[in-house]
Amino acid sequence: MRKILAIAVVAMLTACGTTSESPTENSQGFTAPKLPMHDKLGPGEGAVSILAWPGYAEDGSNDPKTDWVTPFEKQTGCQATIKTFGTSDEAVTLMKTGDYDVISASGDASLRLIAAGDVAPVNTGLVPNYGDVTAFLKDRPWNSVGGQMYGVPHGWGANLLMYRTDVVKPAPTSWAAVFTDAGKYQGKVTAYDSPIYIADAALFLMKTKPDLGIKNPYALDEKQLGAAVDLLKTQKPNVSEYWSDYLKEVQSFKSGNSVIGTTWQVIVNTAKAEKAPVEAILPEEGATGWSDTWMVAAKGKHPNCAYQWLNWIVSPQANAQVAEYFGEAPANQKACALTADKSFCETYHAGDASYAEKIWYWSTPVPQCLDGRTDVRCTDYAAWTRAWTEIKG
Amino acid sequence: MRTVSARSRLSSWLTRTPRARLALLLSAPLLWLGLAYIGALAALLITALWSTNAFTGQIERVWTLDNIRIVLTDPVYRAVTFRTIGVAVLVTLIDAALALPVAFFMAKVASPRWRPLLVAAILLPLWASYLVKAYAWRSMFGGGGLIDWLGAPFGITSPGYGLTATVCTLAYLWFPYMVLPIFAGLDRLPGSLLEAAGDLGARPGRILRTVVLPMVFPAVVAGSIFTFSLTLGDYVAVEIVGGTKQFLGNLVYDNIGAASNQPLAAAVGLVPVVVMIVYLSLSRRAGALEHL
Repeated sequence: MRKILAIAVVAMLTACGTTSESPTENSQGFTAPKLPMHDKLGPGEGAVSILAWPGYAEDGSNDPKTDWVTPFEKQTGCQATIKTFGTSDEAVTLMKTGDYDVISASGDASLRLIAAGDVAPVNTGLVPNYGDVTAFLKDRPWNSVGGQMYGVPHGWGANLLMYRTDVVKPAPTSWAAVFTDAGKYQGKVTAYDSPIYIADAALFLMKTKPDLGIKNPYALDEKQLGAAVDLLKTQKPNVSEYWSDYLKEVQSFKSGNSVIGTTWQVIVNTAKAEKAPVEAILPEEGATGWSDTWMVAAKGKHPNCAYQWLNWIVSPQANAQVAEYFGEAPANQKACALTADKSFCETYHAGDASYAEKIWYWSTPVPQCLDGRTDVRCTDYAAWTRAWTEIKG
Repeated sequence: MRTVSARSRLSSWLTRTPRARLALLLSAPLLWLGLAYIGALAALLITALWSTNAFTGQIERVWTLDNIRIVLTDPVYRAVTFRTIGVAVLVTLIDAALALPVAFFMAKVASPRWRPLLVAAILLPLWASYLVKAYAWRSMFGGGGLIDWLGAPFGITSPGYGLTATVCTLAYLWFPYMVLPIFAGLDRLPGSLLEAAGDLGARPGRILRTVVLPMVFPAVVAGSIFTFSLTLGDYVAVEIVGGTKQFLGNLVYDNIGAASNQPLAAAVGLVPVVVMIVYLSLSRRAGALEHL
């Protein structure tokens, strides 16, 4: 309420006008405001405020053995405060408060943050460990604009299909288990509570209904979006509840309220640690996934500590720890030598560019079709958000 | 010396002008009421008339009625509004049906020595955290929970998370708010009226129908204002036990927290405000506001 009030006051002061900074045109369907880049690393400010996916900034409070924040604090003198979020939408909203210095952004948040002017271009010259980051993660459409990097790649992975081994027999091999065959586990299916989950349905349709002509699950025209929405509406009666809080999903699988549904590796690991009989697979259709980037706030209060965090989190040691804890491929090639499980990078195909190409990374749907079609306009994220409200009903 | 004289001059001026005294006394609470309460409502209305940039989530201060139009015409919002109002009515009816006999027992049957203890017992759950109680219901309705266990001998299984669980949880949570006004209403009802009705030959059912209910009705409506409005605005219990179901509060929460579309959230937020204005004006007609 206070925020709305503040907005109203600001509105009265600015006499209901819109502000715009001198923009840079680009081919990604949006304009990035010109913002200054940090040019010289000064002394640390003694504090840094981190906005992260759960499992990306662990300070030992969840598991005393899982801690790469305390060593960072000891080495740099930057006291870290950590806030986690459950969906990219939540991250974008939180970032607007201006309270955070760095954020781990997925591809469906990064461009929105850049376009809104919430994050600044990143001077990779101030991040020594950037040199060791896998080449195929650099200068990608979700972390750069016009050749300018807006962050440091962190790691990538796929959204998996998790199931209770004592209930779901035989083990699933396809996403059909949560879509067309979901009735088998009526009221026990779970799904991710975000408009971006529509892409999971679109990916399934892309493989099973070729006549729809879906080439990229994030580039859907009206008809294709309609088909995905219909699929999700038939899924809904079988859904016990949607999850966005990862601990809620862990609890749900542990108690058996959910027995099958989409998940992240870190959830599988947590559930297994709590003795829940679960397994997770990468279904045959492939999967949606994430390729995350650490970005720096445009108006952060601690830019020097923010750059030190960037350098720390992609350092071989920290990057290896995060990757193993969260269950994703590390961005830093040197991290592979430091993982506890020596075959870890092989399992997650860390340096494998062709495997990485098979995952459909979360991206923000925009009217300019991401699959290159120019004869139609694609549905944008606003349409996806409306569709998601409609699906949940 | 000078400050003392200034102070005494001020105090004597205040003594001579009672209006200034009153204005100074009331200005702080009135300012609070005006800014934090009416101001917030006005801000809500203004925000509902703006739009957001779908891509960046930034608010664009261009006047538009689109959000109001979406909320009024989109079938999803209509369905959620009716679902929320329906559950609010159901919770209110369940609470009233449960609270009437309990309050009657407390006010008319129990000995005066027991009365404070019973009131304390009704108030006791309010001391526990709302979240703890909601999660308790979550585990009761969950797979292998209390309801599954109790129902097992009769072949009954828990309905799982959804509307049933939400109605049960909310009816439990707001129960004290219904009992207390009815208890107060019955307490004021003279026992001699009941005795007189009995002396004139009315059976208990008739006494209840023709004497107790008409006199206690405003108190029931007063209690219903709490149960109805609290249900109308709730979203946490729905999030915990509601399964895939959405209420108006969830739409507001999702639009602010997830979709970063504050104008649409504000437009949705106006719906319960309008519903409550209608409800309160109806309650006023029933004379319930004097019983709050």
